[in-house]
Amino acid sequence: MPDVLISDPTLRDGNHAVRHTLSEKQISTYAAAAEAAGVPILEVGHGNGLGASSLQVGLCSLNDAALLDAARAPLRNTRLGVHVMPGFATIGNELTLAIEHGVQVFRVACHCTEADITQRHVSFLREKGADVYGALMMSHMADAATLVEEGYKMQQYGVNGVILYDSAGAMLPDEVRTKIAALTRGLGVQVGLHAHNNLGMSVANSVAALEAGATILDGTARGFGAGAGNTQLEVLVAVLHKLGHDTGIDLYKLLDLADLAEREIIPAVPTISGDSIASGLAGVFSGFAKHVKRVAAEYGVDSRDVWFELGRRHAVAGQEDQIIEVALQLAAAAGKSNGEQ
Amino acid sequence: MPASNGKLRVAILGSGNIGTDLLIKVQRSPVLDCTLFIGRNLNSRGMAKAASLGVKVSDRSIDAIARDPDCCDLVFDATSALDHAYHWPILRNLGKLAIDMTPSRIGSMCFPAINLDDCLNHRNINLVTCGGQASVPLAHAISSVHPELTYVEVVSSIASRSAGPATRLNIDEYVETTSHALSTFTNAPRTKAILILNPAEPSINMQTTVFALIAKPHMDALTAAVRDTVRAIQAYVPGYELLVPPTWEDGKLVTTVKVRGRGDYLPRYAGNLDIITSAGVAVAEAFARQGRREPGHA
Repeated sequence: MPDVLISDPTLRDGNHAVRHTLSEKQISTYAAAAEAAGVPILEVGHGNGLGASSLQVGLCSLNDAALLDAARAPLRNTRLGVHVMPGFATIGNELTLAIEHGVQVFRVACHCTEADITQRHVSFLREKGADVYGALMMSHMADAATLVEEGYKMQQYGVNGVILYDSAGAMLPDEVRTKIAALTRGLGVQVGLHAHNNLGMSVANSVAALEAGATILDGTARGFGAGAGNTQLEVLVAVLHKLGHDTGIDLYKLLDLADLAEREIIPAVPTISGDSIASGLAGVFSGFAKHVKRVAAEYGVDSRDVWFELGRRHAVAGQEDQIIEVALQLAAAAGKSNGEQ
Repeated sequence: MPASNGKLRVAILGSGNIGTDLLIKVQRSPVLDCTLFIGRNLNSRGMAKAASLGVKVSDRSIDAIARDPDCCDLVFDATSALDHAYHWPILRNLGKLAIDMTPSRIGSMCFPAINLDDCLNHRNINLVTCGGQASVPLAHAISSVHPELTYVEVVSSIASRSAGPATRLNIDEYVETTSHALSTFTNAPRTKAILILNPAEPSINMQTTVFALIAKPHMDALTAAVRDTVRAIQAYVPGYELLVPPTWEDGKLVTTVKVRGRGDYLPRYAGNLDIITSAGVAVAEAFARQGRREPGHA
């Protein structure tokens, strides 16, 4: 009997790394192998979830219905999951569509201090009988007491669990332990962690979360995700098995799944670049990585300066338009100081 | 019939952030007079503010107007989209002008910088959304230069503290109504609206970005059109400022504005409050001035 619930957002977070161009064939190939390995939940979608295909975050080459159908087709025991952010995805459009296309598990996500914008989405999905988890993104930006308060609101709305997202890969194990322990003490629902690897901490943070009472962990094949990527799923599961936990996943088949992912869907396995380290230290959403790199080059500014300025402004997920404004400002300031020399 | 002081008599229905900010702006107007401020709870902050300004208050919601139809000529509805659907038939039967501040999509959509004069022919004016007021006039300016544009998208970031409970609960209505207004005023085949709440301390100013897909952009003409629109909006929202002028980036047009409020009810960061209440007051003032030109019309 599994004691840790593993959710695999390779086909969602990984989409950030390829500018949301995963094809139907890539999605169905990966989904079939995930089913074979016994992965419990497979998340698919645009990097920021359903309804997020946009000039702000990046246009997706497939529409939401096509993404869902490609992933759904080979699944039997593996449940299909999606990420939805109120402000991008609406009940009338994306949530209704997802239910119609067989999605069984939803992460309803918001910035970690804004849980009340998830109320109607969560209620709607619970009425439809879906499993719903509240996702508190950028959870390094709020203290433990605030996270408990926000998680409690989600619990009131009816979620099955609350997941902390270290969306910037900014947390260290002690911080994870403190925050997860506060949630497990304060809430009556399951608690989980979704880690990013900007500071090389994602597996260690996931283990720290588990020790503090978390029972849901996220990981992606080869860590496929924005910037430095996510917790590497096959490493995470191996470590969990070594610690004596049961995930219900067949390790050999999972290792095969990761090899297949590297062959079929991952053009470049994530590494922790200088930009990813700056993103983690600045506490800025990893999903900005491709945009920051491109815009910094276009305006001739140091991408690391862009990351730290975005951090100073407390930019949250979905504020990609700030990148251009920051780069223009840095370029103007540089032009000014050059002129004075 | 105008009040004895020659001002248009307005009632404000809804005593939350929008209603209370409207009240302060109405009382500053040379042509408007708030004769009744209506909520549901006499102990709310908004009610206290109204009482401190010497404005008559009621906690009877729409009944306050139904029981005393002569209290006003025009009603601002600052309640919620669902409530406005109930209020409008009552107001229509009483012959009142309505300016609806909710994303109900019932009345004629109005953006003073685009279609103020047309709106004066209608009895129920809808102010769409705060993000719509900040972005649709810019999108309209862009589409006037490039009617062939294929896609328009707007993203507004607002301070968490400026988003009251109704705004948070109505986030889907915000997205759908703003997107609908973009379609109507640009004719773009596809549109999208996104809303982001940012809890940073000190609170961020409202910021809105408009993106467009255009095959061959005429940047000079676009820049001129956007700058004209910014000036037109500044006439009723002084804190509206062009932050990123039209820029061609990675195959798309990008332009960003910052909106600071006047700090009437909420602090100045809440430009999202000011841009919609200022638009509402601009419409009401236009009705008032029209009424003066054509006595008895309003």
